[in-house]
Amino acid sequence: MDFDLSEEQRLLKESVDGLLTDAYEFEQRKKYMKEKGGWSKAIWSKLAEQGLLGLPFAEDDGGFGAGAVETMIVMEALGKALVLEPYLATVVIGGGFLRHGASPAQKQAHIPGIIDGSKTFAFAQLEKNSRYDLGDVSTSAKKKGNGWVIDGEKFVVVNGENADTLIVTARTKGGQRERTGVGVFLVPANAKGVAKKGYPTQDGLHAADITFTGVEVGADAAIGDPENALPLVERVVDEARTAMCAEAVGAMDESLKTTVEYLKTRKQFGVAIGSFQSLQHRAADMFVAVEQARSMSMFATMASDFDDPKERSKAIAAAKVQIGKSGKFVGQQSIQLHGGIGMTQEAKIGHYFKRLTMIENSFGDTDFHLRRVTEAGGLV
Amino acid sequence: MDLAFTKEEMTFREEVRSFFRDNVPAETRKKLVEGRHLSKDEMIAWWRILNKKGWGVSHWPTEYGGTGWTSVQHYIFNEELQMHPAPAPLAFGVSMVGPVIYTFGNDAQKKQYLPRIANVDDWWCQGFSEPGSGSDLASLKTKAERKGDKWIINGQKTWTTLAQHADMIFCLCRTDPSAKKQTGISFIVFSMNSKGVTVRPIETIDGGHEVNEVFFDDVEVPIENLIGEENKGWDYAKFLLGNERTGIARVGVSKERIRRIKDLASKVESNGRPVIEDQGFREKLAAVEIELKALELTQLRVVADEGKHGKGKPNPASSVLKIKGSEIQQTTTELLMEVIGPFAAPYDEHPDSSNEAMDWTAQIAPSYFNNRKVSIYGGSNEIQRNIITKAVLGL
Repeated sequence: MDFDLSEEQRLLKESVDGLLTDAYEFEQRKKYMKEKGGWSKAIWSKLAEQGLLGLPFAEDDGGFGAGAVETMIVMEALGKALVLEPYLATVVIGGGFLRHGASPAQKQAHIPGIIDGSKTFAFAQLEKNSRYDLGDVSTSAKKKGNGWVIDGEKFVVVNGENADTLIVTARTKGGQRERTGVGVFLVPANAKGVAKKGYPTQDGLHAADITFTGVEVGADAAIGDPENALPLVERVVDEARTAMCAEAVGAMDESLKTTVEYLKTRKQFGVAIGSFQSLQHRAADMFVAVEQARSMSMFATMASDFDDPKERSKAIAAAKVQIGKSGKFVGQQSIQLHGGIGMTQEAKIGHYFKRLTMIENSFGDTDFHLRRVTEAGGLV
Repeated sequence: MDLAFTKEEMTFREEVRSFFRDNVPAETRKKLVEGRHLSKDEMIAWWRILNKKGWGVSHWPTEYGGTGWTSVQHYIFNEELQMHPAPAPLAFGVSMVGPVIYTFGNDAQKKQYLPRIANVDDWWCQGFSEPGSGSDLASLKTKAERKGDKWIINGQKTWTTLAQHADMIFCLCRTDPSAKKQTGISFIVFSMNSKGVTVRPIETIDGGHEVNEVFFDDVEVPIENLIGEENKGWDYAKFLLGNERTGIARVGVSKERIRRIKDLASKVESNGRPVIEDQGFREKLAAVEIELKALELTQLRVVADEGKHGKGKPNPASSVLKIKGSEIQQTTTELLMEVIGPFAAPYDEHPDSSNEAMDWTAQIAPSYFNNRKVSIYGGSNEIQRNIITKAVLGL
């Protein structure tokens, strides 16, 4: 049992924190948001230069062979700085599918482009009625010759506008909600029949709704077993949830820090408002919520390496419940303790609240995951 | 970062678990499971078994009989103890006055008191709170006046837990009435059999007798019963209160109670099926289990930090453990109430003794009532928030 970071992990944390302190002031972020697709190519290149985009990939594939803890460190830092760049979509999710499901040829074709920063990914999974059910897929992939033809609609695809490659879940057989028959396909974003409608999201990111009309891909587009890739999807999405838990902890941590700073400086009735006990106790409760969330982020990080997928999923679901609750409390109270200024676009604090809110509703909200923990028999 | 227990730690857990399995008297365990009060003799009998094994004062320095375990081992020991369940060592002796004596006492005091604390030859109680001094403990008024080679003690303490069993008391007394609040307090120990000590029971809302009022009328105490320096008692009290950290979250207690909830909820029916099959109830229970898992990990973080960086100053994260730990304990007793529903009402044992699930339900409501105390004692949860505010947030 050891909660300390290793020397390498400490250095990693220092380097990513350092980079973002210099390059990700709130004012700079506003500029990045205005670039095409909603994030900065220059920052992405810097992340590549520091090796952050290659962290989780095996050394044989040109990466650093880092583990879940390293991803946690990076995501927490990205959460603190409210980073817009598609690390989650590209490195965690895109990279996750490649690492856990791809053939050597697929790895060779795609991983180098992620590591050197030249290519980004997006995960086209959500459908109109699928909500949080990963197995609810009506987009179809039909066999044609050796390859596949994909038809369907995907929604709120984060980084969908900028991505070079889309990872698409599509049904190769069975009914809409059957566990078997789900495939995962690599689709070039510029393939014929792919139509994208991009838009900004509430948290300042960018997403797209994407229509696939008779999109033809080769046999080598399928990652893993095209008739039974749901376990792969679940594994990668569990890693994405874990990463988002860490991102949320970073955002909560910074929200609390910013709020406490505000309590020390804002004066009313001739004194700092932080001298009022009702506000002090609220801040103390925020601290409790952040620490509970941090513990569960660590738990999820540890669990993402569990061999048993049931235990892994249950633990990560539990973490997502805690993060959802803590994130909502910390986000809402940060606004409340800031008062009117917290309601403005101009102040950074509200942007943490918005990101935390969107994290809660990504890949299963608090109720969804609570139900999963319940159905799995609880934790005690 | 490695969140798994080592092989040695797992082996240790097994050793502790099997010791409890083989040595905790069955009746003692049963009473704890059912939330009943133990008799003085039952508690002492178990503590002597524990002390004979060498685990009675496990966290003391080895020279005074401690085990030299790592922080993680202490954590495992506590968790197994709470889950078995077995009675925890008497905190007032082992966790409170013992460490004050071996840290601040003189050699004669160490020799006189420590072995007797370990073997519970003396049952200790704590004389801190007074009718006018609860959260504002430093306002206490009980006086100790020096007269020749004696202290003359006058005043009143309250909420004195299990004083009816106690042989000894450690007491905060004002020795310099002219000094400011926190200064001028001394830490004095004396026999509860001294002339002028009167113990009066306080009946709590669960109908139990755990706490007492204790009155001192011209109690004569030998001068050498002062621990440490005169007028430094407040420092020792702070040391004492910050010392008990690893057990404070009572994770094992809540785990054990959650198992009990599941067991009972699978036996009690509602709408023609066991309560445990009710989706709403199960989700509430799962929500507590998640909070508890988070607390367990928060506690392990504190434990690991202590193990690595030494005990040093009290860790303000222990306030998180106190707040969350008490909330979870209270929620679990609420859930037991919910399971048993209308059968929570009878004051005595339910007459339907043929139903095994029901034969201890009379304890459920009292236990729920009694557990309201856990967010009040040991520094109320509001005081814990004050500590976080000042020590962590710097407000």
